[in-house]
Amino acid sequence: MTGTASTREVAGRTLVELGRDHPDLVVLGGDLNKSTFTNLFGAAYPDRFFDFGPAEQNIVSVAAGMAASGKVPVVSTFAVFSTARPYDQLRVGVSQSNLNVKVVATHAGITTGEDGMSAHAIEDVALMCALPNMRVIVPADAVETAQVMRVVVERQGPFYVRLSRPATPVIHDNGFTFTFGKAERVREGDDATVVACGIMVNTALEAAEALAREGVECRVLNMATVKPLDEDALLSAALDTGAVVTAEEHYVNGGLGSLVSQVLSTRAPVPVESVALRGYAESGTADELLKKYHLSAGDVEDAVRKAVSRKDG
Amino acid sequence: MQVIDDGGAISETSTGGPARTATRESALREPMSAHQLTEVARRLRRHIVTMTAMAGSGHPGGSLSAVEIVASLYFRVLRHRPSEPTWPARDRFVLSKAHACPVLYAALAESGYFPTTELTTFRKIDSRLQGHAHIKTPGVEMSGGSLGQGLSFGIGTALAARLDGRPTRTYVLLGDGECDEGQVWEAAMSAAHYRLDNLVAVVDRNGIQNDRFTSEVMELEPLAAKWRAFGWHTLEIDGHDISQVLAALDEATETKLKPTAIIAKTVKGKGVSFMENNPDFHGKAPNKEQLVQALEEIDRLDG
Repeated sequence: MTGTASTREVAGRTLVELGRDHPDLVVLGGDLNKSTFTNLFGAAYPDRFFDFGPAEQNIVSVAAGMAASGKVPVVSTFAVFSTARPYDQLRVGVSQSNLNVKVVATHAGITTGEDGMSAHAIEDVALMCALPNMRVIVPADAVETAQVMRVVVERQGPFYVRLSRPATPVIHDNGFTFTFGKAERVREGDDATVVACGIMVNTALEAAEALAREGVECRVLNMATVKPLDEDALLSAALDTGAVVTAEEHYVNGGLGSLVSQVLSTRAPVPVESVALRGYAESGTADELLKKYHLSAGDVEDAVRKAVSRKDG
Repeated sequence: MQVIDDGGAISETSTGGPARTATRESALREPMSAHQLTEVARRLRRHIVTMTAMAGSGHPGGSLSAVEIVASLYFRVLRHRPSEPTWPARDRFVLSKAHACPVLYAALAESGYFPTTELTTFRKIDSRLQGHAHIKTPGVEMSGGSLGQGLSFGIGTALAARLDGRPTRTYVLLGDGECDEGQVWEAAMSAAHYRLDNLVAVVDRNGIQNDRFTSEVMELEPLAAKWRAFGWHTLEIDGHDISQVLAALDEATETKLKPTAIIAKTVKGKGVSFMENNPDFHGKAPNKEQLVQALEEIDRLDG
């Protein structure tokens, strides 16, 4: 780990860079543009930046109309307001139409912190994964986020990108290359595999180091592309290590753990444990909430021990 | 119906403002007269009752109420190329009340986007003509079926046209019951904020929504005052009088710095006596006997 950096700030800055070479790139916001850092794009390209106020249903449908006219619209607001609130507009207007709309959601998960449960998007990945045609990416850090933003803007079709409020640990060096749809093996190990996304990749690495001291070697997969899931990497992990733990800053139902279990249960049944939220949280600091709601490295370690203990023989 | 698909250029006269000097590359040989549009309207009505009867379901009432509006747009006002549905410079017609797709499919077929024989596949398996308008159908701009989204979509196409410097205009057809949806008013506010004078909303004010009369479900009046209060140039017309429809659409084109709303007073089920003003025919198809009667009545309508 080489310090921390803000995924949302990097996303906002990357949009400014992308705006130079992509004249059709437009950005739509909902009165949270300082928080999403899309105000930077607005300052650089005022004619391609549109604030609609907190009217997210309108924003998403406007974006659909722009996409249908050849623009590449990026809708950026908080995760709670860019998924649940305009879900029908995403369903009918974007997913069913397979239009080239990019949703870049910031302030996802419980690490949004003190604003409390209404501000904690813990259902967003499930909602977005339930939309056919929608691709879902949860970058592990700021370095990956910059690359993801480029892929998302340059690749045709609807995307959902999930980012955090606080600065988060950086696990990649600047030479890293993100490959859409491919899991990244960030640690080698034969005893179990932790499949993680977002901030939980770093947590998984911390857990793996601790477990190594007990003689348990974990493979860690950064599953930044949650949909479509890299099934080959999952099958290899199941065959090679015989136990899988999923780790996500999301509700247990419908997120990474559900998706991984669906693949493994049908194609390579091995013990699977999931580290995820079991319900809504509350106000508090990000670190306090991660601890209280069982998304700490220690929780990942416990899950790995349990999964390993369930292996045959 | 004569549609030129050979790219023959006809300069804009009847509907063009100063910004609309682009040529109409697929258009009617001559601008249609009101009388010719009336005959188009008759054909659209025949298609609507026939395709819903053959499907055994669908929404004839709110399709029949919008016939003159849609006929005026497709056969006089819109610049479009039926042989090239995705022509970037085309004007956009967005059917926000997507359940009224029979009137749209009829207009698209009569324009030449697909054969009129395909109308018999409406709502059937493997058809391109879905139960609610879907973007995969040639000529359909937006997938709908969940009310309230079309005006926002039209803002998107209007803003894109402005960014591109295209003279493209966007026309959105809304239902009056649809105006119960909050998103309509989010969109109304933002269209005025962005001064989208290339955007027109036409409200099919037929007074009936799914269950009952709009005044019983949710009072909309004063509807025109609402649109004015939201910053729109607002007109009220008889939506079955083609000359009024055309004049309103012309006025919208002339109106600068504001979007235009046209509240078109119409009759649900217009042209078929037992459907007119009858909430039962919002979402119910005519049976065989009713179809025969409906076609007879449509043929007898004044032309």
